[in-house]
Amino acid sequence: MSIRSQMLLAAGAVAGVLALAPASAQDAVKIGLILPMTGGQASTGKQIDNAVKLYMQQNGDTVAGRKIEIILKDDAAVPDNTKRLAQELIVNDKVNFIAGFGVTPAALAAAPLATQGKIPQIVMAAGTSIITERSPYIVRTSFTLAQSSTIIGDWAAKNGIKKVATLTSDYAPGNDALNFFRQNFTAGGGEIVEEVKVPLANPDFAPFLQRMKDSKPDAVFVFVPAGQGGNFMKQYAERGLDKSGIKVIGPGDVMDDDLLNGMGDAALGTVTAHLYSTAHPSAANKEFVAAYKKAFNSRPGFMAVGGYDGIRLIYEALKKTGGKTDGDALIEAMKGMKWESPRGPISIDPETRDIVQNIYIRKVEKVDGELYNVEFATFEAVKDSGKTKK
Amino acid sequence: MTAKADVGYHARQHARWRLSEVAFWVLVLAGALLFPSRYLIMTDILRLGLFALSLDLILGYAGVVSLGHAAFFGVGAYSAGLLALHGIIPEPVLALLAAGLIATGVGFLTSFLVIRGVDLTRLMVTLGIALLLEALAERFSNITGGSDGLQGIEMQPILGLFAFDMFGKVGFFYCLAVLFILFLLARRIVHSPFGLSLRAIRNNPLRAAAIGIPVNRRLIAVYTLSAFYAGIAGALFTQTTALASLDVFAFERSADLMLVLVIGGTGYLYGGLIGAVAFKMLQEVFSTITPQYWQFWIGLVLVVIVLVGRARMHRWALWLPNLVIRQFAGRKAVVVVPERDAS
Repeated sequence: MSIRSQMLLAAGAVAGVLALAPASAQDAVKIGLILPMTGGQASTGKQIDNAVKLYMQQNGDTVAGRKIEIILKDDAAVPDNTKRLAQELIVNDKVNFIAGFGVTPAALAAAPLATQGKIPQIVMAAGTSIITERSPYIVRTSFTLAQSSTIIGDWAAKNGIKKVATLTSDYAPGNDALNFFRQNFTAGGGEIVEEVKVPLANPDFAPFLQRMKDSKPDAVFVFVPAGQGGNFMKQYAERGLDKSGIKVIGPGDVMDDDLLNGMGDAALGTVTAHLYSTAHPSAANKEFVAAYKKAFNSRPGFMAVGGYDGIRLIYEALKKTGGKTDGDALIEAMKGMKWESPRGPISIDPETRDIVQNIYIRKVEKVDGELYNVEFATFEAVKDSGKTKK
Repeated sequence: MTAKADVGYHARQHARWRLSEVAFWVLVLAGALLFPSRYLIMTDILRLGLFALSLDLILGYAGVVSLGHAAFFGVGAYSAGLLALHGIIPEPVLALLAAGLIATGVGFLTSFLVIRGVDLTRLMVTLGIALLLEALAERFSNITGGSDGLQGIEMQPILGLFAFDMFGKVGFFYCLAVLFILFLLARRIVHSPFGLSLRAIRNNPLRAAAIGIPVNRRLIAVYTLSAFYAGIAGALFTQTTALASLDVFAFERSADLMLVLVIGGTGYLYGGLIGAVAFKMLQEVFSTITPQYWQFWIGLVLVVIVLVGRARMHRWALWLPNLVIRQFAGRKAVVVVPERDAS
């Protein structure tokens, strides 16, 4: 009968796939890398994956006598996928670290698992302040939006920008960016004339841009997640806002180096505050950029740097513990760690396990026919003001 | 024997439990015990199976197409999430029922829109309803958590006895029990006179109306029932993952559901379950092999399935077992018959 035939097929498939559950060498240190490799945030995942590969090529895949094994999983930036994958990685693959996390909801979804499993969770991308408070096992190597938004808020208020309209994605990082910007900008005497929140899943900015244009501000403050910046600038230019004298300012996500060159001249003159620019003039960065370009034939953006430093943090922590993978010991080892990243000097705040780094004010300029975020001011060792406030 | 008794006799014959069906459920249970480390993905499969079952009820039995079934899944998911988050109904089983009933309500209200028009209109209307609800959930982010999802849901133990564990064991058996009970119910319904009348409607609505079947009322009833099933699937999703995000309303969810039924076949209830198994397995295998390009391979497999046809694939897959049966039992194997309602 038909049902029986269907059943046999199904049974065969089940047995086949479930048996695939990997069983590999005992002594390897396993890192579950959960990233959005498909969907709207795929560029984030790709950059981090590349950076991790690059670091492992440069530094070998053995630390303190133990082999490092990366298990890459695609969560398409959907938090329930993240949660399931993290759970499976911890329970079945017995990973020693979970890392990656392209968006805030994904990082938050995995946080309780890190706590339960006592597994260090290395956040390499997501940038909402609260993330590191959700589990004592979370360490972040990317950035927080509070870091860049407070600084651009101060800068804007001091540099002759009086009226600002804001356009931010309506989810936790966007709200963080908006709140911290508003707080510092209005404290400096600025005025916010229009606040627009755009849905995260709807990258059509045209109707919002029209409202921006009508409210005639000196500048628009923009936060959209990395990857949507290109689309934003395209529509910004199409609506003629680039010729209306309205400047774009914001945290650097919108001017992601990854996409900057494709944005065209409309992006020229945009001032953003951020942790990393491909044009950062340090020897460490030049080396990193050259190696990344050679390996992947594209420019590394700030997501790549987050990944690069994330895997470095794991390596260094393992060196410090002598290859032991006890979660508490690893977190202890990571606290207060300092090193010279391609983005500049960074450290892990021992109190909050969040990153402390320089924030640079940059302006988009043309260098050798290509667009770059050229840094012109530096704020050193910026902590996450989302937490220092408390 | 009167004609009526004759029909009843055949209906009862159809409704009898077959050995293969019993074997199916035994296999499911065996799977659960054989792979204790894979509860999470198996829970995922059960939820998808239940969800597919709900679409099968309207698509396979009443011929109503829907591209927006995620609407009810989402309503169920958010209802269960909110009930648990605000402690309105902390006990999961009651909350499950409540969430299912809320989805039923939404299903009933929207059924009046859906039964108007024909297939293409229905596709658009159902798609529209799902998009509408997704937009609403995003708009009222103070209630739903918007793009961040409902965070911080803590599930109470089931019936106050079984707490959800990290390995997903309790969640799995909970889903399995719910699926089995709802499956029995669905099986009873489709073999009832009501179910038979639905098939009559599917085959020819005009003729069904002519012999006195209240077509619209029946369609409303089955659509509402289907919404209940989808709502339960959604609620199970929230309860077992302790998470609800906008993704529960996503178009991809509705579209995946169609794919599941394309793989598994419609109109015999097991299609959704088998399709769910096959679909999740494909996804798992391909995304393990290539996390970046797995969607390509899934697409390719689906194209092949549609081109080759399910019935023929079954024949290929069962060629060897059949050969063995023929050789040793000396009789013609019975397993090659394509499902009777495949259309």
